[in-house]
Amino acid sequence: MAYDSFSVLKSSAVPMPIENVDTDQIIPARFLKATERKGFGDNLFRDWRYDKNDQPKQDFVLNNPTYSGKILVGGKNFGSGSSREHAAWAIYDYGFRCVVSSFFADIFRGNAINVGILPVQVSPEFLHEIFTAIEKDPKTELVVDLQAQTITIVATGASESFAINGYKKHNLLNGFDDIDYLQAMKSEIADFASKR
Amino acid sequence: MSNSPTTLFDKVWDSHVVRKIEDGPDVFFIDRHFIHEVTSPVAFLGLEQRGIGVMYPERTFATADHNTPTINQHLPVDDPLSANQLQQLATNSAKYGISHWGLGDPKNGIVHVVGPENGITLPGFTIVCGDSHTSTHGAFGAIAFGIGTSEVEMVLSSQCIMQPKPKKMRINVNGQLGKGVTPKDVALYIISKLSTSGATGYFVEYAGDVFENMTMEGRMTVCNLSIEMGARGGMIAPDQTTFDYIQGRPLAPKGADWDTQLAYWKTLKTDAGASFDEEINFKASDIEPMITYGTNPGMGMGISKHIPKASEVEGGVATYEKSLDYMGFAENDSMIGKKVDYVFIGSCTNGRIEDFRAFASIVKGHKKADHVTAWVVPGSHIVEAQIKEEGILDILTEAGFVLRQPGCSACLAMNDDKIPAGKYAVSTSNRNFEGRQGPGSRTLLASPLVAAAAAITGVVTDPREFL
Ligand code: SF4
Repeated sequence: MAYDSFSVLKSSAVPMPIENVDTDQIIPARFLKATERKGFGDNLFRDWRYDKNDQPKQDFVLNNPTYSGKILVGGKNFGSGSSREHAAWAIYDYGFRCVVSSFFADIFRGNAINVGILPVQVSPEFLHEIFTAIEKDPKTELVVDLQAQTITIVATGASESFAINGYKKHNLLNGFDDIDYLQAMKSEIADFASKR
Repeated sequence: MSNSPTTLFDKVWDSHVVRKIEDGPDVFFIDRHFIHEVTSPVAFLGLEQRGIGVMYPERTFATADHNTPTINQHLPVDDPLSANQLQQLATNSAKYGISHWGLGDPKNGIVHVVGPENGITLPGFTIVCGDSHTSTHGAFGAIAFGIGTSEVEMVLSSQCIMQPKPKKMRINVNGQLGKGVTPKDVALYIISKLSTSGATGYFVEYAGDVFENMTMEGRMTVCNLSIEMGARGGMIAPDQTTFDYIQGRPLAPKGADWDTQLAYWKTLKTDAGASFDEEINFKASDIEPMITYGTNPGMGMGISKHIPKASEVEGGVATYEKSLDYMGFAENDSMIGKKVDYVFIGSCTNGRIEDFRAFASIVKGHKKADHVTAWVVPGSHIVEAQIKEEGILDILTEAGFVLRQPGCSACLAMNDDKIPAGKYAVSTSNRNFEGRQGPGSRTLLASPLVAAAAAITGVVTDPREFL
C-alpha cells in the first residue's frame, strides 16, 4: 500500500487562481536530485514562495497564514509541462490531499492519483464559486466525498459532482495501487509478451 | 471489425492491450522503456521495498543525460547530488541487467536522441520514459509518451502500465513551407493556435505533405513538441524515409527479421475513411519563422509580428499580464531587435545533426556577437562526431563558438548550464516556463536558424535576412 486511502475530506482550501500552473513551478528542476521520495514539500512552489535570498515572499499564498487546508484550488490547466511525479510528491508531502481545478494536464492527473492525491475537475463556474467563497471567508470549508463523487462548499451548500473511473476510485478508496494489480496478473502478461 | 477503416493510432494501441478493465484503464503492454538518472531512482527503491524484480530487463535502456555536465565529462561530477543519481542509475542498471550508457560511453546522449539513432525506436512500438518529451519517438509511427515515476516502477516490474485510451486528433498541414521555416516553426505555430491545453486528452497524428516531405530529424522535432499543446503524444505514419533512417542502425532488425518487420511496418497507416474525434487543418504558407514572447510554449508568434494585447488573447488577463511582466515585455512590442544575452542550441527538440547544419548555415562567415554567451550542445556523442566529420565544427570555431559535450544542459538547467536571472536566452529547446532555464531566466523559444541569427547579431533577428 503506497499511500493513505481516501474517503471523505472536509477542509478549508488554499486558493491559487493562476492558469497553466506548470510542474516546473510546482517543483523546479534543481530540486529533483533526491533519490528518495522525501522532503519535496519544502520546495513546493519554491520560486514563487521564496526570493533569491531564500526569504519567504509575503505576497505568495502559501506564506499567508490566512489560508490553510488540505485542498489546493488552482486555475485552468493545472499541472502542465514536465512529467515529473516529483510535482505530485511535493504537493502530497506539503500536506495537500486534493487538488481542484477546471482542467488538469493529463500526466499530472495520472501522477496525482498514483500518489494518493485526488484531482477534482469542476466546471469553470463552480471553480469561480469556490474562489469567491474563499475570498469571502478564507476559512470556508469544502467537502470532497469520493464515494459520492461530489464536492460541496459548506457555507453555501453549492455542490457539484466530478468524474473518476471506477477502477481508480476503488484504488483510492482502499489505498491500493496499480502495481498491486499488475503483479497479480503477471502470467497473463507473460503470455501476451510471448506472442509478440 | 477488422475491415472497417482504422487509424494508425488504433492499430498500434489495440495490438498492445493485454486486458481491458471495465470502467477503468487498459492494461497496456510496453515494448521499449527508456530510463534516466532523475526519474528512475525512486522506482527502483519501490521495487526493493516491495521485494519484486524487473520482468524484462532487455526491454529497458538507461542513459544519463538530465543532470550531466557538458564540459569535462572525463572528470568526476562535482555536484554530489547529481553524482549520486548517476551512480544509482549505474548500480541499478547493473543489478537488474539493464543496458546502461553512462557518462563518457560513446553511445551516451539525450534519451530521445540516442533511442532513434541506435535503432531502438521502431514503428508500431509502444515506448515510454519518465520524461514528457518521449513523444519524440512518435516520428517513427510508434505510440510514445511520458510517464511518472510510479509508472516507471510498473513498467520495470510488469512491462505494463494502466492507461485510459486517449481520444484521436489529426492535424493536417499541407502546402509549401516558406524560406527559413523549419519543423520547429511548424510545431510552434500549431501550439500557438491550439494553446498549451488545446490537445489535452488527445493523441495526435500529423498528416499532410509538409510532414511527408520532412526528414526524420524534422519529424522528431514536431512529435517532440506534441506535449506542449497538452497532447499525450503525436505520431507520423512510417514511410520510406523512416525505413531508410532505421536500416543499418546498430540495434535495428537485420536480415530476415528486417523483411518481416518491414512488411508489418508498411501496414501502419491510417486507412482512408477512418474517423478522428477532432481534425484540424493548417496551411503551410501561413507559417513564418516563429518565436515565443511569454512563459508557455503557446505564447508564440511569427517573428515579424507584434506581441498580442491582453484583450486579444483567450483566457485570463491576469495570467497573461503576469507572464509579460516576468518577461519584461509589453503588449504590442515587436520582438525584432530585442537584446539577447544567451543562445542555446541543443536539447531533444533541436539537438540533432540537421539542427547543427542549419545553425552553421547562418553563422558561416560571421562572428558571434561579443555580448552573447552561446552554448552549443549536441544531443549525443554520435551527433557530436557527425558535427566534427562534416566540418561543422570548423565553421563554428571560425565564428567564435565552442562545442560542448552532450546532455540536456540548459533545456532544464539541472547542471551548471543555467541562464542567470533576468537574462534573455534564445533557445532551441521546448519550454519557456518561468525559471525553466535557471531561476529568473527569460526564454525565447525558436528554431536553430533564429538562434543562429540572434547569436551573430546579438538581438532577435529574422533569419531570412541571412538566407
Ligand atoms: S533535453 Fe530537455 S526535454 Fe529533452 S529529455 Fe532532456 S530535459 Fe527533457
